[in-house]
Amino acid sequence: MSQRLPILTIDNLHLRYGDVDALRGITLEAGTGEMTFLIGPSGSGKSSLLRCCNRLETPTSGKIYVDGEDITQRYINLNRVRRGIGMVFQSFNLYPHMSAKGNVMLALRKVLGKSRAEAEAIALKQLERVGLSDRAGHYPNQLSGGQQQRVAIARSLALEPKIMLFDEPTSALDPELVGEVLKVMRQLKDDGMTMVVVSHEMRFAKAASDHVVFMAEGQIVEAGPPAQIFDEPVAERTRTFLQEAYH
Amino acid sequence: MTRFDRFIDTFFKPEVMQQYWPDIVSGLFVTCQIAILVIVSGISLGLALAILRSYGFKVINLPIVIFVDLLRALPPLVLILILYFGLPNLGINLSGFLVLWMVLTLVLAAFAEEIFWAGILSVPEGQWQAARSTGLGRFQTLIYVVIPQAVRMTVAPLTNRTIAITKNTALGMVIGVPELLNQATTAQSFAANATPLMMATIAYLILFIPVVYAGRRLEKAYAWRRH
Repeated sequence: MSQRLPILTIDNLHLRYGDVDALRGITLEAGTGEMTFLIGPSGSGKSSLLRCCNRLETPTSGKIYVDGEDITQRYINLNRVRRGIGMVFQSFNLYPHMSAKGNVMLALRKVLGKSRAEAEAIALKQLERVGLSDRAGHYPNQLSGGQQQRVAIARSLALEPKIMLFDEPTSALDPELVGEVLKVMRQLKDDGMTMVVVSHEMRFAKAASDHVVFMAEGQIVEAGPPAQIFDEPVAERTRTFLQEAYH
Repeated sequence: MTRFDRFIDTFFKPEVMQQYWPDIVSGLFVTCQIAILVIVSGISLGLALAILRSYGFKVINLPIVIFVDLLRALPPLVLILILYFGLPNLGINLSGFLVLWMVLTLVLAAFAEEIFWAGILSVPEGQWQAARSTGLGRFQTLIYVVIPQAVRMTVAPLTNRTIAITKNTALGMVIGVPELLNQATTAQSFAANATPLMMATIAYLILFIPVVYAGRRLEKAYAWRRH
């Protein structure tokens, strides 16, 4: 099914804020087209790990390779690196002063230097991909949470990233709006997008992911295919966490 | 002479009006000129300083904060007098017009910087992260994402501050700038009548009421699009 060519390799990653060890030696691989799910209690370092992957955080030590390139190098063009790594946030973070289309167009115009017409064509295509072609001219405050998050996904997709990072993409949504976002993510997976997802949607993880990583206190406790992690967890901590998560 | 006649004679004497209206108009023109120059240069400089400050270089931020605090603390008149009467002793002769423009620009810039800075800080961190994660640089993020949102929040305080400082063009009077109030007080002493002051009052209203109104309109136009 998915080719196990690692497009993302994380090697012994550490992250420290002051006295707090947020990440304590994370080693992880994700293959092209795979969906990797990061689960674990809050404060376990999942989001920090994700944020290291596009250098919103700079790790204290360790390496991250994206498509063979070490993105933890000190002198690296972060703007170029980030272009290739899409990120979707819990709070959507759409630009409130721009329409849905404008949100998608901004980086196309200013980062990739595309003409207005070209950027507009791409934006409309990506909005169609997330099922929002009829909302292109709407402003964020005229859209539901689910629609906003789909625009945010389209905004990342437009740059044709090699990897998409999702940081709790459905946590801020009303329950009835979660489905539409997960549906888009599922469809991305079917299109062959490599995704790393931090989320509490265990059912979705079970159904759609290739790889589940359970983290606690900045370390990986247990990792494996979803069937193994969800049905036959080895570590006691994983078992306790999953029991609580399902309640 | 009735009280009413005396009132008219003091503040609205037709002969005085007729004689001095050209002076008042020329003063209004000078005030207008300085006001526009101060607004444009003060707000631009304030915005530039706020942008510079957002880069977070300590060596640059300390002087900016000191500059801003000093200029906000000092009465503009003190600075005007120092520059106009003090600098010539160092061999630097600046015209009254130039001194007035410079001082008011710096004072407006100081207040505008604080207002823009508060606006920049009020834009949620997530906006920065979203923009940076798509590969926009720091400056691009400021220009396309943060500043447009910050400016919306600053319209009201900035309008108030701009009006307050622009009114200080009247301080030009003490250093011989032929602006509105200077023309009016000169005319008042020649005519031995307060009518020119009333004319200046009306001229100030004609000048600033539209600014106040424009500020209100801007505030409305910049409110978030709703429904």
